[in-house]
Amino acid sequence: MSTSTATRPETSVEKKSGGFTAAASNYLDERTSISAVVKEFGRKVFPDHWSFLLGEVALYSFVVILLSGTFLTFFFQASMAEVHYDGSYVPLKGVEMSAAMASTLDISFDIRGGLLMRQIHHWAALLFVASIGLHMMRIFFTGAFRKPRELNWVIGFVLFILAMAEGFTGYSLPDDLLSGNGLRIIDGMIKGIPLVGTWISFLLFGGEFPGTAIVGRLYTLHILLLPALVLLFIALHLVFVVVHKHTQFSGPGKTQQNVVGYPVLPVYAAKAGGFFFIVFGVIVLLATFFTINPIWNYGPYDPSPVSAGTQPDWYIGFADGALRLIPPHLEFVLFDRTWSFNILIPLGALGLFIVLAMIYPFIEAWVTGDKREHHILDRPRNAATRTAIGAAGLTFYAGLWAAASSDIIATHFKLTMEGVIHALQFVVIAGPFIAYFITKRICLALQKKDREIVLHGYESGRIIRLPGGEYIEKHEPIDEYQRWKLVSYHDYKPLMIRPNSRGKISVGQRARAALSRWFFEDRIAPPTRGEIEASHHHEDHVEIESSHQNH
Amino acid sequence: MAQDGTSGTELAAAGDHDEAHAVSPGTAVVSSDAVRDPGLPPHRLRVTDTNPKKAKTAERAVYTLFYLSLAGSIFAVAAYMAFPIVPEDLLSVRLNNMFIGIGMTLALLGIGIGAVHWGKALMADHEAIDIRHPVRGTDETRARAVEIFDEANQESGFGRRSLIRNTLIGSLIAFPLPAVVLFRGLAPEGEDPVELLSHTMWEAGTRLARDPDGTPIKASDVTIGSVFHVIPENLPGSEHMLEEKTKAIVLLMRLKPEDLVEEESRKDWSYNGIVAYSKVCTHVGCPVALYEQQTHHLLCPCHQSQFDVANHAAVIFGPAARPLPQLPIAVDDEGYLVAQSDFREPVGPSFWERH
Ligand code: HEM
Ligand code: FES
Repeated sequence: MSTSTATRPETSVEKKSGGFTAAASNYLDERTSISAVVKEFGRKVFPDHWSFLLGEVALYSFVVILLSGTFLTFFFQASMAEVHYDGSYVPLKGVEMSAAMASTLDISFDIRGGLLMRQIHHWAALLFVASIGLHMMRIFFTGAFRKPRELNWVIGFVLFILAMAEGFTGYSLPDDLLSGNGLRIIDGMIKGIPLVGTWISFLLFGGEFPGTAIVGRLYTLHILLLPALVLLFIALHLVFVVVHKHTQFSGPGKTQQNVVGYPVLPVYAAKAGGFFFIVFGVIVLLATFFTINPIWNYGPYDPSPVSAGTQPDWYIGFADGALRLIPPHLEFVLFDRTWSFNILIPLGALGLFIVLAMIYPFIEAWVTGDKREHHILDRPRNAATRTAIGAAGLTFYAGLWAAASSDIIATHFKLTMEGVIHALQFVVIAGPFIAYFITKRICLALQKKDREIVLHGYESGRIIRLPGGEYIEKHEPIDEYQRWKLVSYHDYKPLMIRPNSRGKISVGQRARAALSRWFFEDRIAPPTRGEIEASHHHEDHVEIESSHQNH
Repeated sequence: MAQDGTSGTELAAAGDHDEAHAVSPGTAVVSSDAVRDPGLPPHRLRVTDTNPKKAKTAERAVYTLFYLSLAGSIFAVAAYMAFPIVPEDLLSVRLNNMFIGIGMTLALLGIGIGAVHWGKALMADHEAIDIRHPVRGTDETRARAVEIFDEANQESGFGRRSLIRNTLIGSLIAFPLPAVVLFRGLAPEGEDPVELLSHTMWEAGTRLARDPDGTPIKASDVTIGSVFHVIPENLPGSEHMLEEKTKAIVLLMRLKPEDLVEEESRKDWSYNGIVAYSKVCTHVGCPVALYEQQTHHLLCPCHQSQFDVANHAAVIFGPAARPLPQLPIAVDDEGYLVAQSDFREPVGPSFWERH
């Protein structure tokens, strides 16, 4: 303990000779210049907020995925060679299946801790995608994607897509009934692509579906190519987090020029390091008590049987749901070729949705024309239009996602299949508009309320009787720290169209002005000092008057 | 007011740190009368800062959690040995999973919660402040970067020697092309996917057999209202079993002849009210496995397309566009159901070349 040694005289001697730690540090530094890294990052400040943990959850669950996945590779055989199962799971004894399925059963039933590892891997994968999704929502709704972080939003988005690809390829590896069925759906979708679809499917499966190649190929993607890409993009993502420094919520003393929080060493390291173990622990807890993907119940892949209510992992649901919501007969033969719009429309709609979400930061930057850096996060209510757009996007996604369970919804709630599909078609098409409208109203109402509180204080619960006999509730002013949180946000005005130097108004300018009007026309400005003073004067006045009369 | 053509004074009032490079705030309203930041609020002490007793308790909690973690790790190792997997005993698998898992959970959560608690309750919690710098490089750095590119351009002649540059760009674009061609090898050569997709194992005289055991079906076994999952009799044990099965699966149903609406040209494709349809959904290829006897509807479990068996399996709901292809059937001398021929059109999901 440093405090006790400090009192002892030999401390200085010890320091000089150095002790083991000092000697080791010295050895390392003379070979790596590591002290510069510690100097640079050791006291780097990170702001604190629960929502900043979502990205960490994603990172940590990926580490867990790497660890558990590597264990699985030692036992898993990515081969579709036919074998007769001869392991411990009696109901499947003697059944013909691929080596992939048989080795997955062996991991589950014949290797100690194997089932636990499989379940850790699968639960971690589900948590990984879920946390990325929530993390993205946090970034979106707080405007953390604004300059200079637009590119990091795109990188994060790529990670989201890679994560889903990792999940899908992994889900397909055990070659059980559900994974084969999922592949069959992908095969059918690919075949529906004009011009190249038939051949892409033929090449992907190495011949006709299912063939004997697909598991091996997906395995290469799953454990080599995709993880390498995920690692690369995570590295890039984090480099930019360091370059930009973390955003912070607005609050007293927090400015665009500083970061207020805790230093890496020791507090942040303890909290973040500890949090890794908590995430890992929770995943193991799930894997201990909750079965996931019991492939032994499904049996090996066979194109013939399938039971009702089978579903992909949750994060693929939105794509499956999109396929379900298409009305019949949207396919025709033209010029001697088949045009499968029942597949192209959902593919196109999802593609458009993803692209729009990916480029949203650039759209918003263009609309506001704001070229400044933004390091202070928005409270969602203070960017009402953006928040409403986000709510609309989420509603669209949720509608598609629910559609992937349309059969379960129908049987569970005793509704007709047709009724559920029509309702969800409505949700996906009209829902976003409704969600947009409601969210926008709520945001504006909350902003008005904030404004009210800043100008007139909060309701104290104390009722006073005015001289005229009427009752009012006494409002207490808020302190300047609380007030700052409510007033410190950016306010934008709709863009006015101005002719350019040649006296013309370009189409782009018109579009921008229209979007800008849509974004900001019903904005609520933060109260200014003048307004606050004026309102206080007014209140003092009332106060004085009423106290006069009370005498 | 603060439109795109904002005046310089308003920009300065924006007060952001890009003073040197007055960047446009766009349509942001920059008010000179905005409320001022009161600065960091005074620091608040925690109970563990003021009360040594509480600090002691927190310390005890932290090392107890670390002890617990240690115990968890040891427990997990012990459980690995104490609960081996007994062949063919599912309970042993479950116990093995559970006890190793409990040990590991304790080991991990002990460390995690302990460290976080240490950080929150005991480590100094003075807020620290870092200063941000604009992300763009300084003017000197940027000027130097431009200069370096200029020098490199001068020294290499990249801009000047345009033929060298253009041929280099051309060859760089071309060099990955061989790799693209190489991917042709992913699928066997000498096979045409369109041809393969257009045929199945069914031929004139192939007996309809039960899926999966392969026993042939007599017409007399098929009672009204019944449904059979069917494969070609010669499928089991055939080469490329799964690929053939994917295309050849069939559903066999017997309806009351008066319920059956049949086209003139297909009148002789059925036998005594018995009809056979491809079981592969024309949407994206799932097996259409669910038959509703009362309504004669087939339901695909994947995306809920519904087909009306009484009416040549026409689509009545869902994303599928085409009816299920019908397999023309007859009865052989011994009374077994046989195919009259292959399907007359490709089965399964649509593809581009299909017409
Ligand atoms: C973000 C990355 C990843 C995701 C989302 C993911 C997801 C999955 C999923 C859902 C499965 C199916 C497991 C089951 O229930 O049977 C799986 C299987 C598998 N994964 Fe991953 N995985 C990822 C990365 C990795 C990595 C990096 C490795 C190896 C280093 C790996 C190795 C394996 C193996 C060997 C299997 C097959 C064994 C089995 O199915 O039990 N995975 N993966
Ligand atoms: S595969 Fe049958 S409805 Fe989609």
